[in-house]
Amino acid sequence: MLYNEPSPHEVKVLTQRFGLPNSTTVDTYVANEGFQAFMKAASMTPEAIVDEIKKSNLRGRGGAGFPTGMKWSFVPRNNPKPKYVVVNADESEPGTCKDRPLMENDPLQLIEGMMIAGLVVDSHCGYIYIRGEYRYLIDIMDRAIEDAYAKGWLGKNIQGTGFDFDVYTHTGAGAYECGEESALLESLEGKRGVPRIRPPFPAVAGLWRCPTVLNNVETYCAVPSILRMGGEAWANLGTPRNGGTKLFCISGHVNKPGVYELPMGFNLIRMIEDVAGGMRGGRKLKAVIPGGSSCPILRADECDIPMDFDSLKNARSMLGSGGVMVMDETTDMVQIALRIMRFYQHESCGWCIPCREGTLWLKKILTRVSDGMGQNNDPALIHELANNMLGRTFCPLGDAAAMPTIALVEKFRDEFEAYVRRSPMADLTATETPVPVGA
Amino acid sequence: MTLPPELEAKFSEILGKYPPQHKRSALVPLLLYSQDYLGKITQELVHEVAKRTGVFPVQVEEVITYYSMLHSPKPMGKYHVQVCTNVSCQLTGGMELYDHACKKLGLGHKEVSSDGVISLEEVECIGACSWAPAIQINYDFHHNVTPEKLDELLDNLRKVQ
Repeated sequence: MLYNEPSPHEVKVLTQRFGLPNSTTVDTYVANEGFQAFMKAASMTPEAIVDEIKKSNLRGRGGAGFPTGMKWSFVPRNNPKPKYVVVNADESEPGTCKDRPLMENDPLQLIEGMMIAGLVVDSHCGYIYIRGEYRYLIDIMDRAIEDAYAKGWLGKNIQGTGFDFDVYTHTGAGAYECGEESALLESLEGKRGVPRIRPPFPAVAGLWRCPTVLNNVETYCAVPSILRMGGEAWANLGTPRNGGTKLFCISGHVNKPGVYELPMGFNLIRMIEDVAGGMRGGRKLKAVIPGGSSCPILRADECDIPMDFDSLKNARSMLGSGGVMVMDETTDMVQIALRIMRFYQHESCGWCIPCREGTLWLKKILTRVSDGMGQNNDPALIHELANNMLGRTFCPLGDAAAMPTIALVEKFRDEFEAYVRRSPMADLTATETPVPVGA
Repeated sequence: MTLPPELEAKFSEILGKYPPQHKRSALVPLLLYSQDYLGKITQELVHEVAKRTGVFPVQVEEVITYYSMLHSPKPMGKYHVQVCTNVSCQLTGGMELYDHACKKLGLGHKEVSSDGVISLEEVECIGACSWAPAIQINYDFHHNVTPEKLDELLDNLRKVQ
């Protein structure tokens, strides 16, 4: 089911089957180019498949943007242990809702991507780790898997290729941290979702300490079209080093929010104006969080930018998972900063101290500022605390909390200061009377 | 503990997904599906799940306290209303929607009505950002929710009772 109208600016590659009747069934899938890539891959060497993926410039769609072909080549094929293909469908980065339509409308594309990964690393078993809230998607995936077994596209000797592959779904139960790859593996092993120290990386010691390929839903979904079109043609859809198309989840103060498949490098202003129908109520653009809540915010004057990994990195932000959150002139940035920090504080797994304590104290100080009880140096204190957390945590969750906070307080410092100026507690710091930070 | 046959079948299905030496992997799915089926996670269930997955009960407990969808020891209502207030929803009225739900139900965060039918929770991003503000009632998504639409949904929960 589609929740928003498609846009004429879209380039439909991963979403080409969206909206077809019975798009989740094997029959529809096969009638619309489904499994062609797998059949082609089955006659290729693993090296040739990886080469095609490297040529495509596909980069991890979960947010980190690591080259997928390279990631797959790290898995030791000759290792005598079983190897696993794991899908990260724990989509929980605020602002991100793209894996949902991918699984809801075309579950078999994901399965085909997993099968091709299986061919590459000599794996015969895959797990799809789906966040617990997406129960209806687990049911959709389970039905698609059952259908694929019934029609000979999963199981033993698939379509006479001699390749065996099994796929299982696995439910999470509400933990953002489990979107981090090593925490996901812990969770999949039936433990608390606490990240592991790396190295070794999952490619070498992943699920049950066996070599594991672990990618985001959208990354696997891109693989069949890469093999069908050829890596080079797929790369050419995007910008140099940023191949292909990407699903962007546009939300916030626009007229037509939605999930749209656009070429990598699509201009952000055009995305807001042409694809998402412009600003709601004719108001002025104030800022955009370009890739999910962990990505540093862009002011309106920084938004004339191609949306790809490298361009956003150069602008000191990130493409992340493509969750584009658009804010108009009425948006209160202190409230945004507080809401973001409440999220990361809630989701911090508590394993390492800089993250556990840093997010907690940042939440307390932001709450104090938001309640009109801030002190003069609070904006500076927020900045300093967040900076202290940056790069010093066990996993990227600490950075994910620090980066947007630093950008917000740097770019909208005047708004934090205006809150503090109105506070009856503003000058207390000058008297050297320490005031305890909120409860 | 004797499980209802339907849940017993679900247990076998879930345990069958993992190699026998790694049945601990079934822990979270077993707990979540049990909670859905039985309405709560009891001590008896903790021991049963521990036995089935080959771990100590305390290892089940430590997993339960980690995951926000596992509600133990306090169960949530038969209809668990989850209102998202994260950034995309915040920008489109999610906070106001949550306040509205609090007033309408007379409940706060993670509180359950006295008859155990309805509970409320302010939740983190549920992955409906482009169709915000959004809520989930149990596992059902509701998109672009207005206070009026929320009233209608909540009134219906009472009616089906």
